[in-house]
Amino acid sequence: MLIFEKSRAGRRATAQAPLQQADLESIPEQFRRRQSASMPEVSEMQVVRHYTQLSQKNFSIDTHFYPLGSCTMKYNPRASNSLASLPGFLARHPLAPETHSQGFMGCMYDLQEMLKEATGMFAVSLSPAAGAQGEFAGVAMIRAYHDARGDDARNEILVPDAAHGTNPASAVMCGYKVREIPTGGDGDIDVEALKEVLGPQTAGIMLTNPSTVGVFERRIQEIAGLVHEAGGLLYYDGANLNAILGKVRPGDMGFDVIHMNLHKTFSTPHGGGGPGAGPVGVSERLEPYLPVPMVAQDGADYVWLTEDNRLESIGRLSAFAGNAGVLLRAYIYARLLGRDGMHRVAEFSTLNANYLLKRLTDAGFDAAYPERRASHEFILTLKRQARELGVNTMDFAKRMLDFGVHAPTTYFPLLVPECLLIEPTETEALDELDRFVDIMTAILQEAQNDPERVKSAPHDLPVRRLDDVRAARDLDLAWRDD
Amino acid sequence: MPFIPHTEADIQAMLATIGAPDIDALFDEIPPALRCGELEKIPQGMSEMEVGRLMNTRARQDGQPLCFIGAGAYDHHIPAAVWQLATRGEFYTAYTPYQAEASQGTLQLLYEFQSMMTALTVMDVSNTSLYDGASALAEAVLMAVRANRKSKSKRILIPRSLHPAYRRVIHSIVRNQGIELVELPFDMESGQIDLSALEQYAGEDFAALVIPQCNFFGVLESVDELTDWAHTNRMLAVAVVNPVALAVLQPPGEWGEQGADICCGEGQPLGAPLASGGPYFGFLTCTQKLVRQMPGRIIGRTLDLDGKTGYTLTLQAREQHIRRSKATSNICTNQGLMVTAATIHMSLLGAQGLERVAAACHANTAKLVKVLSGLPGVGPVFKGAVFHERVLRLPLETKDALRSLAAHNVLGGYDLSADYPELGNAVLVCATEMRGDEDIEQYRSKLARVINARIQTPCQLKPNW
Amino acid sequence: MSDTPSELRYAKSHEWVKNEGDGTVTIGITDHAQELLGDLVFVDMPEVGDNVEAGSECAVVESVKAASDIYSPVSGEIIAVNEALDDAPETINDDAFGEGWIFKVKLSDAADLDGLLDAAGYDALVAEEA
Repeated sequence: MLIFEKSRAGRRATAQAPLQQADLESIPEQFRRRQSASMPEVSEMQVVRHYTQLSQKNFSIDTHFYPLGSCTMKYNPRASNSLASLPGFLARHPLAPETHSQGFMGCMYDLQEMLKEATGMFAVSLSPAAGAQGEFAGVAMIRAYHDARGDDARNEILVPDAAHGTNPASAVMCGYKVREIPTGGDGDIDVEALKEVLGPQTAGIMLTNPSTVGVFERRIQEIAGLVHEAGGLLYYDGANLNAILGKVRPGDMGFDVIHMNLHKTFSTPHGGGGPGAGPVGVSERLEPYLPVPMVAQDGADYVWLTEDNRLESIGRLSAFAGNAGVLLRAYIYARLLGRDGMHRVAEFSTLNANYLLKRLTDAGFDAAYPERRASHEFILTLKRQARELGVNTMDFAKRMLDFGVHAPTTYFPLLVPECLLIEPTETEALDELDRFVDIMTAILQEAQNDPERVKSAPHDLPVRRLDDVRAARDLDLAWRDD
Repeated sequence: MPFIPHTEADIQAMLATIGAPDIDALFDEIPPALRCGELEKIPQGMSEMEVGRLMNTRARQDGQPLCFIGAGAYDHHIPAAVWQLATRGEFYTAYTPYQAEASQGTLQLLYEFQSMMTALTVMDVSNTSLYDGASALAEAVLMAVRANRKSKSKRILIPRSLHPAYRRVIHSIVRNQGIELVELPFDMESGQIDLSALEQYAGEDFAALVIPQCNFFGVLESVDELTDWAHTNRMLAVAVVNPVALAVLQPPGEWGEQGADICCGEGQPLGAPLASGGPYFGFLTCTQKLVRQMPGRIIGRTLDLDGKTGYTLTLQAREQHIRRSKATSNICTNQGLMVTAATIHMSLLGAQGLERVAAACHANTAKLVKVLSGLPGVGPVFKGAVFHERVLRLPLETKDALRSLAAHNVLGGYDLSADYPELGNAVLVCATEMRGDEDIEQYRSKLARVINARIQTPCQLKPNW
Repeated sequence: MSDTPSELRYAKSHEWVKNEGDGTVTIGITDHAQELLGDLVFVDMPEVGDNVEAGSECAVVESVKAASDIYSPVSGEIIAVNEALDDAPETINDDAFGEGWIFKVKLSDAADLDGLLDAAGYDALVAEEA
């Protein structure tokens, strides 16, 4: 039932608003609203009960194992939330003067410095509000670099066929054409195909490493050499940074510009789809173009760098300083982890993924790249099960929900048929991984003995499979009072 | 080891299963030359207590000055229930609702959010949010260029009285797509868009006119005329609005003869704390006709196999994960948690609560302006009616006045001199419902002292009277 | 053995073309193409009066999980679009070669038709892609 359907005319949560209606007479009638908005009229307790009950219809990290590949659904420390929510931080107006901002700015400066060290980049700007905005900023910097050199014939960004959809979309937002490069049978980029497309039109290449197929791009140094030789720049999509944090740094691999997804690698929450934070890091030659604002140190003071003192910057991407509260959470997480904790992120996420991969292949599942080590995630392909049993990846995913596990990422990357992209993260215990193997085994048996049960899953959730076609054909996007 | 549950026995058992001698062996596909060292510049980890001490110190360091700055971020009361509910783990630690059956809580909430935003703006459809108000406007501009099939140009009319940071953000985001932003001057007397300047562009090919209500100066624009003018000249009308103001101001869907085509704005006043500028959320609503040009996530109501009502992501074929280089935007997610808070916030306040908040802000700012205007050399710059912000003229350099006030722990407003030098010593002030009479009196007395100090200080130069 | 109508011509990008014999053609997507896409939920059609070039994108068909560009196999002017698809995109699923037509073009160069496949050629293409 919608909150609107619990509404009764005249019912109010009166403690929430000013007790008196103040005078609006100095606003001329022509500007005024004639009819009140059609909003719910409910009591405070109704609101609390309604949204508490809604929350209980969600799977979340706090309640369920959530091995959603490429999303790094690891534990979100409570301290990050409570310390970022201290009154001093919540009350600070974004335009407060520097004299009243040194505490906050100190955190941002420290975070910039820690991210530089963790990624091996020359400089970092925290301002992009999410990974996709970081990508946009990164490609815009590549363009600004070429434009500044008068090298404006470069109009093409290369993207692997397995890349996240944001990569080509971001390149297009920066005015580039996109050319796809194929992935080889071993999961690495087809370097011969890359050589063929590199040229004077190449502005850059966008890569994820480990790649979206869950393996480390072994020839990355050679790729970096080839792209640089052709005059292009290398962009690192930080979606899979969790796999290498503390082990390998994008800067050392030869990348010129990167974005990080702090809601993944630095465990700020995902919040049901955001907010994220997508800081960008660059090599020295791209430093002038970093988006503003940034924080610098001037003697003992922290100062803002803005459009006024960074004239070549690609500019501002949000009205103020990006998702500051998310950045604070990432900073708190980084301080809790410290140097050694960061090394362990890559180690234990990789240990968990490789363990799970081995257990699942032993249990009768097929790895998409059986000859390769898993990174922090890996791909199973259910092509054989789909063919032999008529039970596809979607069916498996939906049945997992009945067993109380959030499904892994399905049908991405598109080049592996019937795939499940599984990322357990470092914060899951061995017992939980074993339980997941038991569940997968049970579903596989069920698919053999009672395939209908799997194909019609889920059975035990608030709703059964939804009619997506109806949702898209007969659009119902808002409740109406009629 | 923080947050890592493995015992030594676990590690050994797992390595044995994998058939690896140690954890390091799992990285054997990575060229040895790429392995990094100790990350010396990252400090050693701290306990929660130690980090708590550090963060408390830093949070206290910034004081909690008495704030009269608005300028796009407004200090409103947030009911206690809002963030207690929004930070429940089931909301806080879930992800984008890809598995609809396991995400009905978030999905239904987002559908309720869409319903509330369409009700508030009186538009047909809403997405589930963008990053912030400024980037939402940039997306609205891109959307207008895609959607206006009558226009062959990629030109947009943007008033100079729009928030300066918004103008900068639009420029950063759209400039690489060959979109040209043409600036409309404001009337120095009223503070509104200069209608005579607008008339110069009649008949020219523009994709859209951006109409802020109210504008950056807090001044209310003649939105009916502006909207009709845009439509007469085959442009889309893009509204930029404050959602709290909309509780009492005419909604964009009713502007002019046909209503605005696209409406966007900053959602922060609906339950997000000031928090240094983010996370906030941008909202975007539009007419039914434009729904497929809308960027971002959209939730639809549908039925399950048993005919039971449920909610799901819909119109996904517009989005980057399917449409890739031809997507409506590169945006992936929304500002889910902020929207969760906003939906709860709107439910608690209801239309009447929002109206009371809006009216209280309007009344407090009027009071502030009246009180401060009693001081020598202080007074309103523009004659136009305002919602909850106003531009005041000061008898000394704005920068100096604000610095002195800040030393007294009063943030006296936004200094307009850098963005609008033509306004002279001007400051943009705001008093929301959170600023009481004593706060206003404090501002007055501190500003009086600052002005007096100035007037009494002997002048270094010989006066020329 | 094949349901591919022999009176139509086909593009490699899975559009069909019907020569109306009066200098105009009707264009749609093949039954094979609609099957690959699944239940269609929307068709974004060109505007009548637009000029199209052979091989250029001029419409989009959307299913829930995919969107596919439609390329005009011929050059010319769009003279009609199938407005019934606005409310019933599923017509393409039900009758791809008939009621599910998408747009009509007035040919600027009848020679464009010569480069297209016949039914047997198209069937061979589909067999090869499978």
